[in-house]
Amino acid sequence: MSDWPLWEVFVRAKGGLAHRHVGSVHAPDAELALRHARDTYTRRQEGVSLWVVASAAIIASDPDQSGELFEPAADKVYRHPTFYDIPDVVKHI
Amino acid sequence: MYTTELGKQPNVKPIGPAEDPALLEAFEARVAADEFIEPKDWMPEAYRRTLVRQISQHAHSEIVGMLPEGNWITRAPSLRRKQILLAKVQDEAGHGLYLYCAAETLGTSREEMIEALHSGKAKYSTIFNYPTLTWADIAAIGWLVDGAAIMNQVPLQRTSYGPYARAMVRVCKEESFHQRQGYEAMTELANGTAAQKRMAQDAFNRWWWPSLMMFGPPDENSPNTAQSMRWRIKRDTNDELRQKFVDITVPQAEYLGLTVPDSALKWNDDKGGYDFGEVDWDEFYAVVRGEGPVARERMTARREAWEQGAWVREAAAAHEAKRRKRAAA
Repeated sequence: MSDWPLWEVFVRAKGGLAHRHVGSVHAPDAELALRHARDTYTRRQEGVSLWVVASAAIIASDPDQSGELFEPAADKVYRHPTFYDIPDVVKHI
Repeated sequence: MYTTELGKQPNVKPIGPAEDPALLEAFEARVAADEFIEPKDWMPEAYRRTLVRQISQHAHSEIVGMLPEGNWITRAPSLRRKQILLAKVQDEAGHGLYLYCAAETLGTSREEMIEALHSGKAKYSTIFNYPTLTWADIAAIGWLVDGAAIMNQVPLQRTSYGPYARAMVRVCKEESFHQRQGYEAMTELANGTAAQKRMAQDAFNRWWWPSLMMFGPPDENSPNTAQSMRWRIKRDTNDELRQKFVDITVPQAEYLGLTVPDSALKWNDDKGGYDFGEVDWDEFYAVVRGEGPVARERMTARREAWEQGAWVREAAAAHEAKRRKRAAA
């Protein structure tokens, strides 16, 4: 028998925080994936909420393209507040 | 629990002939700058192979490591000890799963890894091929084997492959409980009746040297250490970690009133650490070859567990298939 599908597991550590990727589990269906995720990743109150997402459903950017994808931000320094000179006497800005 | 890297091919070529030197150079620079390598990043084939071998051996060790302790769950001396041991064994399963997942990100499948373990092709830590004869062995394993594991695993939290490093962070968080419960159980025996004290010393005698072997062969016989250090897969050499373990553990043994089974053990002021006797490397290599006292028993137990659990896996798959069919109808 070949492997069950892979599911990515996300845990919300506590209310107010986003779910965060913690690892993955194999399971035949979503319900069992949740149960396995609970046993594998939350044995010590690591979270208050779990997501499982079929790994095959995740679309990821290509690391080889990360230059083109992310670099344009670096030459737009005017997007950062420190780009602007404000005299020291001017407060609260 | 932990494995050091075993069964390596001595002549792994560091650079495949077909690899683009520019990519390789960029990779080496990233690793040298302590950047993490992530699953979809380009990496040399030898880096990938070394990691698959090391992470899967590590995972197998966690899984096989459940066996020597698992057979003491029903014989734990109190309900408290039973609860603790159950939780520890469950953690080991968890650690195995974190690690299998990390290895799978390198393009190997869970099925291949399990198959390699069950066929005897894959290695796991030599420590698990020693028997657990008395309850004191369970205490000694927690204290020494998990102690050695921590020593090995803490630096791996900064290993260059991201998924492996992240798995190690989780493992290390949980491992400390394993060691402390073992030391506590050992303390009870060491402060107990004469018979309990004898039991503690006997277990200590039998586990001391195998624990030192957990750090792997001496540096001069560890041909791939330099490459693994350069790629930041490994952060310390086997001998450095072994020395650190001895220095930390000897005072812990003294506190318990136990005698370290090594007549050559002596504090060395100049190096600020202990000098200690030579590990029996012939025994180590024999155990690596699968000649450990209970190697066959371990694999038989593992295969039986896998076969006896087959109906559960089949039932879960059948349930899913039925539900999918109903949903389609």
